[in-house]
Amino acid sequence: MEFKTVGKGEKRKDAVAKVTGKAKYTADLDMRGMLYAGIFRSTIAHGRVVSIDTSEAEAMDGVLKVVTPEDVRGYIFPTSGHPFSLDPAQRDIADRPLLTDRVRLCGDEIAAVIAEDEITAAKAVKKIKVGYEEYPFYLDPEDAMKEGAVEIHEGVKNNIVGHNRIALGYSDIDAAFGKSDHVFEDVFETPPVQHCQMENQVTYAYIDGNDKVVIVTSTQIPHIVRRIIANLYKLPYGKVRVIKPVIGGGFGNKQDLVLEPLAVFLTMQAGGRPVMLNLTREECIACTRTRHGMRHYIKTGVRKDGRIIARQLRSYGTSGAYASHGHAIVGKQGSNFTRTYSAELASSFEGFTVYTNMSTAGAMRAYGIPQVTFAVESHHDNIAEALSMDPAAFREMNLIKEGSPDPLGHVSLKSYGLKECIRKGKEYIGWDRKRQLYSMQSGYIRRGVGLACFSYATGVWPHLLEISGARIVVDQDGSVQLQVGAAEIGQGSDTILCQIAAETIGVPYEMVDIEPFTDTDSSPFDTGAYASRQSYVSGQAVKKAALEVREKILERGGKKLNMDSSELDIVDGNIVVKKDLSVLVPISDITLASYYEKETAAPIVSDVSNRINANPLSFGVTVAEVEVDLKTGKIKVIDICNIHDSGKILNRVTAEGQVHGGMSMSLGYALTEKMLYDPETGKHLNNNLLDYKIPTILDTPELKADFVETYEETAPYGNKALGEPPTVSPAPAVRNAVLHATGVAVSSLPMNPQNMFDAFKKAGLI
Amino acid sequence: MKKTITLKVNGKEKTLDVDVRMSLLELLRDTFNLTSVKQGCGEGECGACTVIIDDFTVDSCVYLAVWADRRSVRTAESLSEGEKLSVMQEMFIEEGAVQCGFCTPGILMTATLMKESGKKYSRDEIRRALSGHLCRCTGYQKIIDAVGKGLEK
Repeated sequence: MEFKTVGKGEKRKDAVAKVTGKAKYTADLDMRGMLYAGIFRSTIAHGRVVSIDTSEAEAMDGVLKVVTPEDVRGYIFPTSGHPFSLDPAQRDIADRPLLTDRVRLCGDEIAAVIAEDEITAAKAVKKIKVGYEEYPFYLDPEDAMKEGAVEIHEGVKNNIVGHNRIALGYSDIDAAFGKSDHVFEDVFETPPVQHCQMENQVTYAYIDGNDKVVIVTSTQIPHIVRRIIANLYKLPYGKVRVIKPVIGGGFGNKQDLVLEPLAVFLTMQAGGRPVMLNLTREECIACTRTRHGMRHYIKTGVRKDGRIIARQLRSYGTSGAYASHGHAIVGKQGSNFTRTYSAELASSFEGFTVYTNMSTAGAMRAYGIPQVTFAVESHHDNIAEALSMDPAAFREMNLIKEGSPDPLGHVSLKSYGLKECIRKGKEYIGWDRKRQLYSMQSGYIRRGVGLACFSYATGVWPHLLEISGARIVVDQDGSVQLQVGAAEIGQGSDTILCQIAAETIGVPYEMVDIEPFTDTDSSPFDTGAYASRQSYVSGQAVKKAALEVREKILERGGKKLNMDSSELDIVDGNIVVKKDLSVLVPISDITLASYYEKETAAPIVSDVSNRINANPLSFGVTVAEVEVDLKTGKIKVIDICNIHDSGKILNRVTAEGQVHGGMSMSLGYALTEKMLYDPETGKHLNNNLLDYKIPTILDTPELKADFVETYEETAPYGNKALGEPPTVSPAPAVRNAVLHATGVAVSSLPMNPQNMFDAFKKAGLI
Repeated sequence: MKKTITLKVNGKEKTLDVDVRMSLLELLRDTFNLTSVKQGCGEGECGACTVIIDDFTVDSCVYLAVWADRRSVRTAESLSEGEKLSVMQEMFIEEGAVQCGFCTPGILMTATLMKESGKKYSRDEIRRALSGHLCRCTGYQKIIDAVGKGLEK
């Protein structure tokens, strides 16, 4: 099918504003009378506050008020950006106080200062004196689960936030292992890492002249912020307005309420004056959200020929100090575990999410799947090596089959390009030749190639609701104003949604405009930016709205032209005769009349909501070539390519951008990133951009992106998840390339020079 | 303590009293409303606040406002003339180098100075020249492409 704008590399709608510096982010919006808040954070990892002295801070010039846990008793809320569930049992865990005297991590929020300027707020925070009673702290989920461990949240037994089991198959798992010719077991660890989006968390709140609480915030989930704030403060929803300005990246860090509830409390304390909470980078890394650090126990039974007959995975994820997304992330690993590969007889998954005294873990790009994929894909290379099989052949033999129903019955497997992704990846990297070439190496510099596969869901159905709204107003001259509740956070959703609107109506992309801010008072309802859902779910809503205005334009056009609307079409902004595409009139003739024709005026608008009860899988492969220096432990990625089946690619340029960014994030995961905690004190050791090592431009190799374009029938234009998937498979591909190069089977990340030097020494290579 | 300084900001000369502890970033954002200058870390790690001073770039968060006395400061707001974008701005859009956009104005300042130098840069030299900037969205790939194309034009 030929498209006019879908599939083209259209320029981003927000690009000019961003290169000229005109795009307004939260901290760029100023208000008269703005107040600034600072947070006093605990200096211990676990314990109880026994005394707070705020007198010196309160006596300072420019300090309006100091708020302590005593002032906020009873305000407890869930923070996660999940759609609401009508079933109380399915709701998010409400374990978060506005301020706390029960300390659960180093940096926990104990008191807040409201001051006339930022410097006074920061100085006043330093004058607050707090005394503690300290408890033992836990930096490992399996330690926190032990009998006798102190409950981090009173009443939560063994500190277990969530626990689930999934069992599939025709026989029980132990019997299935009994029938295997070989059984392989491994333990893999993936560290907690942080999003490090360039814009830190920032929020301000005020109360307007109509008693409406207005929250301007750097969030991925404006409508969810509104719901949680309204419920927390028992306000009518109509009295809460959330505005999302331009956002400097989120990656899941902002799929959570970190600052908004406190900002609202503080403006209430300040008579409705605007109060801003603008975190430092140090606070943002240590005290917002992280990716769950995890330990995976994985076991696979295979036949002699390499066919998998039994698979078992047990995962322990650290939730850190608060539940945030609860067990959803480890839970999602369970459903993913059975999706990419199948086992002939049985599969089983058991997952635990456990409170520890670390930074709170929440959503981060690809939501648990990078962790489980690292375990599965590393394990598969270990198996292939033991069986002397080609790792790609081992995978191909065990992949889930095209057209097969998803084992958990949740998703369809209609569009399936994974095998073609593997073929393309092998061809790109020169797989067969290099697997052979690098198999016998000596010396201190060695090369290897590796690959890793993944699957990834598009949205959250059926675990949670998938719904999205869109509104279209066609102006007098035929210009199209698109309004959505989907949240543009840098990923490019506004651009894609404009392409979908333009394609569906039949107007040039340039004729469609979209407001970069989301405002819950006027933007249609949508649950927000997460789960790689917006092009798919919000895209369907936009398509539905666009079809409606298209019909209205044609109907009006038919009447005006004395033709049946079924004989007409809209192409390039003109009404044309469908059968020969001859141009009749520009749509502006019709839309102008829709505003001003005395007898019949009725501007052309649509306002729709669309629910989706489907969830197609997207797939992909990373192939990587590395050069390893055994003496220094340094791993150099010399070539890397991601090949994705994300259905039809709606915009090649922005799609490649998503892939490159995801690859870079995964290379950081593979090679340099890890949140470090002092084992003696539980304090953060690297919560700044110098010590916490995200990839710099000099660390990053040339990144290659390619696609296998399938067409997903349930999507607006054949598309499936793309935002998160690129960050799933690069880390295990690099790990497997290192195995190929050196024979060393790495079991934990990051593979930084220190860790690799130790590993090579242990293996007797140096 | 305050000090009187005279500086040029985006071509316009201005004399004003500034707190000697104030950073150039604060001066540009709060006094001149030049919000293209972004604060990503406040300690010279990320490069989002990069501006051009005379003929070099600085992280304006760790550069005192008083040091800009008798100097000329340029921010991303100065790069376009009316609707006409600079070559580098055009290339950033065309190549898809812009995602969340928070690092973009700072990188554009470094790229602009590279362009003005008239020097030739290999791909590795472009990487080295941009190594003071962090970006979490793009993996730098399309930024390097855009700067490379902008230098050729």
